[in-house]
Amino acid sequence: MPKIVTGLAAPLPLANVDTDVIMPKRFLITITHEGLADGTFADLRFDEAGEIRSEFILNKRPWSQATILVVGDNFGCGSSREHAVWGMRQLGIDACIGTGFAGIFYDNARKNGLALPIVSSKDRDILLQLAGRETSVEITVDIEGRVIRAEDTAIPFIMDDATRSGLINDVDDTRDTLTYADAIRAYEATLGAGMRVCVIK
Amino acid sequence: MSRTLYDKLVDAHKVCDLPDGDMLIYVDFHIMNEYTSPQAFSGLDTKDLTVWRPEAHLAVVDHVNATRSQEPHDQASKLLIDNLEANCVKHGIAFYGLGDRRQGIEHVVVPEQGLVAPGMLIACGDSHTTTYGAFGALGFGIGTSEVEHVLATQTLRYKRLKTMLVEVDGHLPPGATAKDIIMKIVQVVGAGGANGYAVEFAGSAIRAQDLPGRMTICNMAVELGGRAALIAADEKALKAAAGRAHSDMLRYDNEDWASEPDAEFDKVFQIDAAEIAPLVSWGTSPDQSIPIDGEVPSVTPEMPPKTKAALIRALDYMGLEQGQPARSIQIDSAFIGSCTNSRIEDLRAAADILRGRKVADGVDAIVVPGSALTRVQAEAEGLDRVFVEAGFDWRPESGCSMCLAMNDDIARDGERIASSTNRNFEGRQGRGARTHLMSPAMVAASAIAGRLADVRDLQRETE
Ligand code: SF4
Repeated sequence: MPKIVTGLAAPLPLANVDTDVIMPKRFLITITHEGLADGTFADLRFDEAGEIRSEFILNKRPWSQATILVVGDNFGCGSSREHAVWGMRQLGIDACIGTGFAGIFYDNARKNGLALPIVSSKDRDILLQLAGRETSVEITVDIEGRVIRAEDTAIPFIMDDATRSGLINDVDDTRDTLTYADAIRAYEATLGAGMRVCVIK
Repeated sequence: MSRTLYDKLVDAHKVCDLPDGDMLIYVDFHIMNEYTSPQAFSGLDTKDLTVWRPEAHLAVVDHVNATRSQEPHDQASKLLIDNLEANCVKHGIAFYGLGDRRQGIEHVVVPEQGLVAPGMLIACGDSHTTTYGAFGALGFGIGTSEVEHVLATQTLRYKRLKTMLVEVDGHLPPGATAKDIIMKIVQVVGAGGANGYAVEFAGSAIRAQDLPGRMTICNMAVELGGRAALIAADEKALKAAAGRAHSDMLRYDNEDWASEPDAEFDKVFQIDAAEIAPLVSWGTSPDQSIPIDGEVPSVTPEMPPKTKAALIRALDYMGLEQGQPARSIQIDSAFIGSCTNSRIEDLRAAADILRGRKVADGVDAIVVPGSALTRVQAEAEGLDRVFVEAGFDWRPESGCSMCLAMNDDIARDGERIASSTNRNFEGRQGRGARTHLMSPAMVAASAIAGRLADVRDLQRETE
């Protein structure tokens, strides 16, 4: 992913938005990654009849074009489903700014190039207000510099080093880890009897 | 420096540090289900990778299967189930599928099979993997990309978490259970209050719990954001891990799996067990709960606007009035099941309340044992008859069922459910469904009353 993400931001101030809300379970009955854009925030975007809920922020202009979300506390809590992150990416979301994210969601995001800058409550509220303005404000998330810029404000954010470099360098973690195969084997050699699980078939 | 139990577990499983600040940790055992693993297997295929140690994994079917019969209820869920089986056959991985007498909800199956022992590190593509902390093992949920990673490398990239200690001391009052302890903890720490932390539960009220209760507590630790939950391993944990199918194979006795006495934690909470009453959730987040003899909260003038808005939104979704007494809330259905509360001990506790009583007219009551073996045990004890005579629907197959409603056990819009599960999120049990979390005994009491009810009233009658 690029070192800098720029785009229109939409405010989504609800707290505790869980992964059931981000990706309702009826979209999980799948063995592929594809086709999850429609499922993303489906019950917020559409009503029971499948009609667009015009009052929902991502259905309103200009925010229907948003690529960045400013979110409430504890976003991404609940189930581990990575489908939530796949869907957000497929919907075109590149970054999601909040005060804190659930652990599994945070790791899933990193694996899929979704940046999750963490800011203070005060700064988040400033960004919520900015994002809520109808005269669309562009927000820039500088991942390398760990700073968010909007108009003339610059807001620092927290992102651990490994997540930051993982996002920027777009590494395949599985392949990367296999370059440490010798270390893994060396660790395994230290395991005592009774420390190697063998599941009965 | 003195180490916490969490530090000991991480240290014992560290393979190496990585240049970017993460580390690689070794996964002793990994569990998969049918809905968070398919894309992990296809990832292996695309990258032309093999499974590092096939024998260290187990796959179970639990999330999408029907519970009325062994037949999947539709083609889509059949596809998920068949796909998992095919992947397991291809890679030589143990598979406990439908009809296997060991099948059931993953977090019920694992302890039942003796696949957890103090000192282990266990990962699973499911957030409630924190359950294994009850044994002094480090269990945590992972996403699908990480499932691929652990299949291919037997390791995970890992960041050490901060540590939190939650001490619960004193005697639990009558009627209160492990479920009430953890619901109280979620209320005190807050949903998300433990994001970034590994949480250790300690204190006399925790130690007094047997393993099933400790599992309930660690299971729901994820509801406060804890990525890991731990309870020091003691005699009770060792005993519960012994005598099962895999117990003799496993021994991780390279450490004393408890925090050192003067180990320091980044955050500490203290809770007086004497103040824990039977709780029910009223809202749409697990920290929104009240004692059963309490009232739904009201907006107050001092309330910050965000809190007020969240309260009103939750009340609106739940169809409740401010200040409404919990015991006045009428229910449509009752559900006993889920990895939080569907073990034999939970079924016994509910049956004790139901014996000789009837479910109120108009209430749909369902019980889904956590595993096939749990069901067999319950039937041997005659618990199925107690449930059926009371008017419960005793399901012959095990699975997550109405905990997340990915099978055909789905609540209808507006349906209000007394539920022994772990999450009361909007839409969790069906679009528009209204979930009230509580202990299995409280679900039984509520099913009888046709409204949220205080189990202590019935316990007094029985005495
Ligand atoms: S019972 Fe519920 S919480 Fe437990 S694994 Fe199944 S869906 Fe998840």
